[in-house]
Amino acid sequence: MPSRTTVLVIAGSVLALAIACALSLMVGARTVPPGTAWQALVAYDPTLADHAVVHSRLQRTLAGLAVGIALALAGAGLQGMTRNPLADPGILGLNSGAAAAVALGVYLLGLGSVTQFMVAGFLGAAVAAVIVYAIASASRSGATPVTLAIAGAAVTAGLGSVVNGLVILDQGALDRMRAWQVGTLGARDLGDLARVAPFLVAGVLVVLGSARALNALALGDDAATGLGVHVGRVRTVLGIGIVLLVGSAVSLAGPVGFLGLVVPHAVRLLAGSDHRRLLPISLIVGPAVLLLADVAGRVVAPPAEVQVGVMTALLGVPVFLVLLRTRKRVAL
Amino acid sequence: MSARRRLRVPLALALVVAGLVVVRVLVGTPMVYADLAVRAVLGEQIPGVSFIVMDDRLPAAVVGVLGGAALGLSGTVFQTMLRNPLASPDVIGVTLGSSAAAVAGMALVDAQGLALFWWTLLGGLLTALLVLWIAQAHRRGGHGAGGAGVVDDRFVLVGIGVAAALLALVQYLLSRMETKKAGDTMHWLVGSLSGATWPRVAVLAGALVVLVPVLAALVGRLRILQLGDDTAASLGLPVPATRIALVLVGVLLSSFTVAVAGPLAFVAFLAGPIARLLAGRPSFVLAALLGAVLVLAADVAGQNLFGRVEMPAGVITGALGAPFLLWMLMRSSTTGRGR
Repeated sequence: MPSRTTVLVIAGSVLALAIACALSLMVGARTVPPGTAWQALVAYDPTLADHAVVHSRLQRTLAGLAVGIALALAGAGLQGMTRNPLADPGILGLNSGAAAAVALGVYLLGLGSVTQFMVAGFLGAAVAAVIVYAIASASRSGATPVTLAIAGAAVTAGLGSVVNGLVILDQGALDRMRAWQVGTLGARDLGDLARVAPFLVAGVLVVLGSARALNALALGDDAATGLGVHVGRVRTVLGIGIVLLVGSAVSLAGPVGFLGLVVPHAVRLLAGSDHRRLLPISLIVGPAVLLLADVAGRVVAPPAEVQVGVMTALLGVPVFLVLLRTRKRVAL
Repeated sequence: MSARRRLRVPLALALVVAGLVVVRVLVGTPMVYADLAVRAVLGEQIPGVSFIVMDDRLPAAVVGVLGGAALGLSGTVFQTMLRNPLASPDVIGVTLGSSAAAVAGMALVDAQGLALFWWTLLGGLLTALLVLWIAQAHRRGGHGAGGAGVVDDRFVLVGIGVAAALLALVQYLLSRMETKKAGDTMHWLVGSLSGATWPRVAVLAGALVVLVPVLAALVGRLRILQLGDDTAASLGLPVPATRIALVLVGVLLSSFTVAVAGPLAFVAFLAGPIARLLAGRPSFVLAALLGAVLVLAADVAGQNLFGRVEMPAGVITGALGAPFLLWMLMRSSTTGRGR
């Protein structure tokens, strides 16, 4: 039964998302008034410069929606699955795994298309996730938030060196994957989005469908087993869903860190930690935060744009530091 | 450990360093005959040899020795002071603070050469103070008790967070630069010995001549500090002043190196733990020698193993350092309490 708070939170997030979308269409190097932006959407006239601007921003906004949904859900799923409040695709090394796999693919196999980038991204994210989790589990204190974060940072640093080396070996590879170096929303068109969509939707459905299992996992593995949850199977399925989400997000926007960390925590503060509410609300709040960060990046240092990956890191790091302070209480 | 072995390990490492210097000077494209190299070093002008030996390879090798030693010492200062083998300046974000500030200097006022030192020093100091301050505030927040022998991971985690923010800053600055300059800056950010010149060697050597005796004077106090803050205070050690002096020395050592050779990833992290594996206890002498060995070996490998491409030493130390960090993580009982 949704409480009044939940209804309010959902209404507020939907409103925030609508505002974020509107701002994302209107604001930038060339600001378009609301009426013109609306006209551009309902009666598109390619001869008008303002309409063309809104059209290009529409692609960017849709990419932002997709990436925001993917990363927020992936973060919420990772945090629930590993019972780790510091879990985030960036911190745990999934982003860097995807980026390194793309770099390797470009260098060794000459990949060039978004679909190929995407497959490489999925594989890289999955391999990085397995490595980080296996190493943290192998440490004597097990896969704690601390060991996972350190293993993720080490994997990120090592893969960063590998990518640097590849770029030095092959300048051409650098040019082909320059858009991948920093998280940015402006680099993809609707066709790319359509190619990523099936994987993204599959990932969203898997993670949303695991809400009850995640609630059971929050009680601990033994209690979850007692409640009839197949812990291993749930973790595997969720892991696949999360890798699909992270791979989709990375292939659309490159590595965007900290969104997956910040959004679920913010939602937990507002709506509690029941995953049946946490996951759907994160799905609304994620794109709202990402689009607002993108809009802020467009206006904060004109005429240049600050990439959205930089903005989310600047937003997310203070949250990360505050979470460290409270992690004894947050950790399950 | 016997007194003989205590001497044998540093001597063997010193020989390895000397051997690597010789290899670095002679091997490469083109190869240089040893007798010609010796004559060039003694001041004879030999066409085609003098320039390669005296202006290119020898300064690079010397920067490798001095910079590697400085990083090894700096890493051991931080690891010992924070009682955590993972808490080296490159893991807790101090080195990245230095390089982020240097990139800011390059982007804002076109700083280059030795002027970068002021930026690396400022960035490194500010980052070190920020990380230590946040981590201390966490402790006062009621977690992770201090006391004798008890260490925890908050420096490492805080450093990881701060490093992520600094990396975002670097990426932003890079994206504002024109392509050529961004490419040069990215190359610098990897860390390599290829830009070494004699004036830079002189600056680095001067820094070590001042800093090493200061560090030697502080080592005794560092050992007392290792007993725990409370014990150290009860023994009459001015704990905060000692800590600040140690942080200053550690940051100065790494900042000078970053200014001269760029951030050579993981050298500061690797030298201390390997020294302890060899000696059975923390050793500044061994850490300095190992730092030099790591940088020189990585540079020789980068010069010769990748065909015509010169792979910067920082790429190799970074790619090999990460697995070692993961291995340390696996064998430690908790991240901090590892032995």
